[in-house]
Amino acid sequence: MGLMFKDETYRGDFTFANSPAAIRHFPFPFHEDKYMYAVNIEPHVPGRKGTAYEFPIDIDEHYLADMRDRAITLAEDPLRCQSLPHMLAAEWDLVELLMTSMARDYPEHFSLTRDGDQWHWINRPMKIEDKFTFGNVATLPLRPMEYITRQCQGDFCLLDQRDGDLWMDAGIVTSQADWSLDFDIGMSFKEWHAPVPMAHEIGIFDRALKFLLAMQIGHPVRRLNWTMTINPRLDTAPETYPKWGIDRTTVTPENVGDKVHLRVELQALWRLPRSNAIVFSIRGYLLKMRELVTIPKWSRRMHRVLKTLPPEIAAYKGLSRYQQTTIDWLSKYDDGQPTSLGFFPD
Amino acid sequence: MTTNQIRVRVAEVETVAAQIRRLKLVPIGMSGLPDFSGGAHTILSIPDGERTLRNPYSLMSSPYDTSSYEVSVLKAAESRGGSAFIHDKIREGLPITISAPVNLFPVDRRARRHILIAGGIGITPFMSIMRQLEHDDVPFELHYGMRSQERGAYWRQLRETYGHRVHIYFEDQGQTIPLKTLLDGQPLGTHVYVCGPSTMIDWVLNGARDAGWPAENVHYERFSAPPPGTSFTVELARSGKTVPVGPHQSMLEALEAAGIDAPYLCRGGACGQCETRIVSCAGAIQHNDHYLSDAEKAAGDKIMICVSRVDGSTVTLDL
Repeated sequence: MGLMFKDETYRGDFTFANSPAAIRHFPFPFHEDKYMYAVNIEPHVPGRKGTAYEFPIDIDEHYLADMRDRAITLAEDPLRCQSLPHMLAAEWDLVELLMTSMARDYPEHFSLTRDGDQWHWINRPMKIEDKFTFGNVATLPLRPMEYITRQCQGDFCLLDQRDGDLWMDAGIVTSQADWSLDFDIGMSFKEWHAPVPMAHEIGIFDRALKFLLAMQIGHPVRRLNWTMTINPRLDTAPETYPKWGIDRTTVTPENVGDKVHLRVELQALWRLPRSNAIVFSIRGYLLKMRELVTIPKWSRRMHRVLKTLPPEIAAYKGLSRYQQTTIDWLSKYDDGQPTSLGFFPD
Repeated sequence: MTTNQIRVRVAEVETVAAQIRRLKLVPIGMSGLPDFSGGAHTILSIPDGERTLRNPYSLMSSPYDTSSYEVSVLKAAESRGGSAFIHDKIREGLPITISAPVNLFPVDRRARRHILIAGGIGITPFMSIMRQLEHDDVPFELHYGMRSQERGAYWRQLRETYGHRVHIYFEDQGQTIPLKTLLDGQPLGTHVYVCGPSTMIDWVLNGARDAGWPAENVHYERFSAPPPGTSFTVELARSGKTVPVGPHQSMLEALEAAGIDAPYLCRGGACGQCETRIVSCAGAIQHNDHYLSDAEKAAGDKIMICVSRVDGSTVTLDL
């Protein structure tokens, strides 16, 4: 598969857009015509070719633009990347996971040669080549997590496991849906999930935590989460709210198709072998309403999900202000026909 | 949930002390075994005629050499089959399966200093933990109590490898771990770990509590073998199946023998994975696990099927 990396922006003139192949690649998150929180965890095993599930670490046509946008965000706010001192072993585990996955699944773009602890990494799209000693920080130009995640799409959090809990003790988070690593660093699983409405009461987090604590090496899992974003911005952090919060007031019936984006996070978790930590990857995808309605099943379903969304969830996701305008726009694409179960287009 | 199974061959069997055998396991059809962290365990599945024996053992080999794994097995006084098989019947070359490593006894990597307290066969998780601490260049000391020189395993080589950081105590020579002195006057950021007989774990936990240690700085690994009892019947509410449990069998083992895939991780009452809801129970529940709280045990609506059982005729489970 020849990936053509696009030259596009997630700020300023917002030239980001999806090709027809990237639209079909998008992980549409609704398997039925309504939405409620659930422990929707499934094994992170290779899925359908041409979709976001094909490989454990997904690289797509937005790769170079994503990495450029991350570099801009980090230059403006270095605290988007933090790692507490005891997380170094987990950082190296992450280097191994990402390099081996990327080199195995995208050999035309990445290669990794290992001779014991002597590693040789080549990233052709970004024109990076480094030889280093695995486990020796001094042999890389950056700390291990920052080094590799400046070369891999998606945000990453490293969760330390101790005292029957998970702790967010390291991460690089530059494309988040309104949460802050700098605020959450060092928090326990339930602390950082505290703002989520309704899910605590139905026991979601008790069950999810117990499941995650028992995660085993070689059995990664994934789940989808979603929200909506106005303008194709990767960086919608609390720290930059003054820049993007006002976007929500700019939606009109005329510009819904281009301005309103469904934002899906493919969240995957792996047990890391040497550190016993868990890596939580949050790989974000954006899809314009104009792009979404090229898939008839998704148009009908998106319309119905938004119409029946509980108000607490709409408020938490920050979409109350433009929800009705978007429903009205989508209604033109919902002919009332039944939809088939499952995520994929018919 | 069935854990990930790996095929290995028993490459070496060595008696290292009275009643203690070391097994070296090498992979079949793979160049190496999965990486792991110090303190992890694996579950050995050993075919013995009609039945399969499944027991958890700590990995004692180096986390930095996964060309093989090593475990040590103490012959239990009242073996339910596993340790007796390993002592009496196992031979080099035997193919067995093991689970992917799981770590329920990891070190706290925030610690500035680690105090390791081992009793008898409880030394095994510390063997891999010390390799890791040495590799990470973190200060530690080991306090290792044994019944006698001949019943203690690895103490000579540990002293040789780690020198003054290893302190050994032989009970038959009247030596005891100076717990009070040890727990007093440790610098902030010290963590203590204990693995050994249940009485020793309680001794250290109580001592640390009395000395004012924060609970999160005190770590222990307490695996129980499923205690025997009387036979009873398990009814499965969802599938409608009925499974008899023998006096020396755990419920989990009985379900597995009946071809039912029930969840587990540690098989020692520690991890909580096999927690199962009780629909009804004709008899007294014998909770033998270290996972449920006293209140949960008293409520009687949950049971850990790996070690707990029923003194009565029938228990109906939500399976």
